[in-house]
Amino acid sequence: MSLDSKTPPGPLAEKWTRYRGTMNLVAPNNKRRIDIIVVGTGLAGASAAATLGELGYNVKCFTFHDSPRRAHSIAAQGGINAAKNYANDGDSVYRLFYDTIKGGDYRSRESNVYRLAEVSRNIIDQAVAQGVPFARDYGGLLDNRSFGGVQVSRTFYARGQTGQQLLLGAYQALSRQIALGTVEMYNRHEMLDLVLVDGKARGIIARNLVTGKLERFAAHCVVLGTGGYSNVFYLSTNAMMCNVTAAWRAVRRGAYMANPCFTQIHPTCIPQSGDYQSKLTLMSESLRNDGRVWVPKKKEDAKAIREGQKTGRDIAEEDRDYFLERRYPAFGNLVPRDVASRASKTACDEGLGVAPTGLAVFLDFTAAIERYGKSKAHSMGMHDPSPEKIRELGEAVISEKYGNLFEMYEKITGENPYKMPMKIYPAVHYTMGGLWVDYNLETNIPGLFATGECNFSDHGANRLGASALMQGLADGYFVLPYTIGQFLSNEIRTPKFSPDAKEFVEAENQTRERLEGMINIKGSQSVESFHRRLGKIMWEYCGMARNADGLQKARKMIRELREEFYKDVFIPGSTEEYNPELEKAQRVADFLEMGELMVLDALNRNESCGGHFREEYQSEEGEAQRNDADYAFVSAWEYKGWEAEPVLHKEELVFENIELKTRSYK
Amino acid sequence: MKLTLKIWRQKSLKEKGRFETYKVEANPHMSFLEMLDVLNEELIAKKEEPVVFEHDCREGICGTCSMVINGEPHGPMGGTTACQLHMRHFKDGETIVIEPFRASAFPVMKDLAVDRSALDRIIQAGGYISVSTGAAQDANAVPIDKDTAGHSFDAAACIGCGACVAACPNASAMLFVSAKVSHLALLPQGKVEAKRRAQAMVKQMDLEGFGMCSNITACEAECPKGISVENIARLNREYLSSALGSETVA
Repeated sequence: MSLDSKTPPGPLAEKWTRYRGTMNLVAPNNKRRIDIIVVGTGLAGASAAATLGELGYNVKCFTFHDSPRRAHSIAAQGGINAAKNYANDGDSVYRLFYDTIKGGDYRSRESNVYRLAEVSRNIIDQAVAQGVPFARDYGGLLDNRSFGGVQVSRTFYARGQTGQQLLLGAYQALSRQIALGTVEMYNRHEMLDLVLVDGKARGIIARNLVTGKLERFAAHCVVLGTGGYSNVFYLSTNAMMCNVTAAWRAVRRGAYMANPCFTQIHPTCIPQSGDYQSKLTLMSESLRNDGRVWVPKKKEDAKAIREGQKTGRDIAEEDRDYFLERRYPAFGNLVPRDVASRASKTACDEGLGVAPTGLAVFLDFTAAIERYGKSKAHSMGMHDPSPEKIRELGEAVISEKYGNLFEMYEKITGENPYKMPMKIYPAVHYTMGGLWVDYNLETNIPGLFATGECNFSDHGANRLGASALMQGLADGYFVLPYTIGQFLSNEIRTPKFSPDAKEFVEAENQTRERLEGMINIKGSQSVESFHRRLGKIMWEYCGMARNADGLQKARKMIRELREEFYKDVFIPGSTEEYNPELEKAQRVADFLEMGELMVLDALNRNESCGGHFREEYQSEEGEAQRNDADYAFVSAWEYKGWEAEPVLHKEELVFENIELKTRSYK
Repeated sequence: MKLTLKIWRQKSLKEKGRFETYKVEANPHMSFLEMLDVLNEELIAKKEEPVVFEHDCREGICGTCSMVINGEPHGPMGGTTACQLHMRHFKDGETIVIEPFRASAFPVMKDLAVDRSALDRIIQAGGYISVSTGAAQDANAVPIDKDTAGHSFDAAACIGCGACVAACPNASAMLFVSAKVSHLALLPQGKVEAKRRAQAMVKQMDLEGFGMCSNITACEAECPKGISVENIARLNREYLSSALGSETVA
């Protein structure tokens, strides 16, 4: 079966405008009669819930957090892209579109990406109107910086807390609707199942995390904005509670999971320091605007640094290998994330790593501190400043740009990054894969929509920096509120659904059985220990580099681990109480199924593209080799039950506007 | 390092709590919450109930963690949330007392987890700019002085953790409320509703049972994001001028 993307006809640049102008509408009097469930209150969920409420729909919004201001969108640091061309450096909607398709290694849908680039401009306007305090220059206008994989400055930012400020903007818009009564907010409620009535998504089963009770909710349609699945890897930069459960429960009800093997490994994270660690911390990509990535040229220097006999400062300039600048002169330190991560791994594999574990490279700000210091001295009229003065002035400029990141680094590592180069290593950060959606952001289940990181739609095999915030808000503010009308305009005569209907009661009973089944195993191993073991398998065999043998082995290991989980997991407490271990067990159980699908997808995709690097498919220089003839498609997997093989459906990717090329950042 | 922990255990909102003593072995590179993870894994191995504490991002930005460590919200390090606090700041052999944020507006739900939804309701009362999606003009249409935008950002950096309330002997939420009022009132977009906002948010704050501000400034000292009490002065000005004006909130 081939999947219909429902891409509207017409020239690329006019598709969205024409479609929007001709799509079905729901009249205000009918909107009042329609209920919508929105699950998740990150950028995508909160912006969608707020906007749908403003439009007049009855929205029920759910988060497992204690407040809709906590979702992990809040931790995004660097910025948000928009094709405003305020920098007058040649940016345009087309260029943002092109960069995103190329950055994604030609594995995303042209029409969706073009629309994303178009509405990116509205997002900045909206955010400023909401009071998001973006960085400004002395004339009072908005400032921009650069991110990886592009040659223009189109990233808007609010110091190193852009995600926080944008999420608070969406949270405030949502709060306004809650006060107006258009949105009913359910905090501390976790979706544990999707309810279908006659094949359409009509509700959810959620667990009240305080009382432990299961609750049934009905609506005319369901929107998921529940984020990505990086925590399959146990160690990632995602927050501790990020999970795939809502999306996976939809998959078990028939939704297709698309491109699950496309995961993003972010090059600049603080390296792991010990086995007790459960979470890694990102250092924003914006640091690569001013930081230079290097390792020592000589293995003996690297060894001396690892053993603490030397520091980065002791290595002479000519003995350093600025390997990104050497390998990719056109983009230098600002190559896309997948390229930078693999280059760091290669350097460490060659024995040039600089942390005791051997897994770290330097990110060095010395050159930037000197450059900024000189410029600042000049602007202050100093003619012959001392090197110390230049350093002092330069450090002040760096502090203004990245102060909070430098502080965070020092808190975690105990090292001062102004004096010593940072040590960084790649870590899992984002998942490009997600629920399959068409142009309307609707999954293959009618009435089930997926937004933000939860869907697969815009980033192909690799996401560019500062594009996650853009996509989450584009979907929630400017795309879904329109496209959802295509479904709902046919539902205006559909009466309200009762959560007491048999489909709901049945789904609730199944959920209860699952929870009780799990807690009654009363085995001997903790949920955490299973999660950690799954993460190790995923990182080892389905991480930065993959091969067929390893993937086959991993699949077997995950199946065995899953069996062991259902025989020997221990969950304390009961189901009818506030029980975080039970919550975690649900999530880990779903990761144990999702992980296998990721491995299967990676095994099936016999090419290297973006974040998916199959060792069998690389050039002599170690660059990824795509296979457009056989793999220019979206893989959408249909779940068939625990032991059965999932079924692969393909959406062929049609490139009418862009010529498929080997991606080069040289 | 060997540590003794005295941790507040409370089964639910309705039951009484008490301190329990635990021994744990930590490593100086661990974060405080990783140390608690180690303790919980040990408790689970003994089939005992782990200590419930709220946490999520572990990067000091989501505002979920909410514990008082040795008498201070988020512990002894200034400008640091509990999740960003590392064990290298404690001594081998030390006894550490861990309890939930204490305030009548923050009821304890279980162990170290409290209900802070009162803060959400204060925001719902008016902590926003009333602009619907699609109604915005071009982002560069209104220039905003760099310093003003910076001050607004400083206030907007609040993570809504509630440490200010936990630090205050009166359990006042003035620092939280003033940060939002300042963030928005400093921007031209937010000025239009500034009077209404200040009145509505203060009214809701009083309804939620937070105490009065008596200028002790413990809030500022304990705020992990360095929110300044200057914001409280600004809130007082905004509130006073709005009360003196003709516009009142019903």
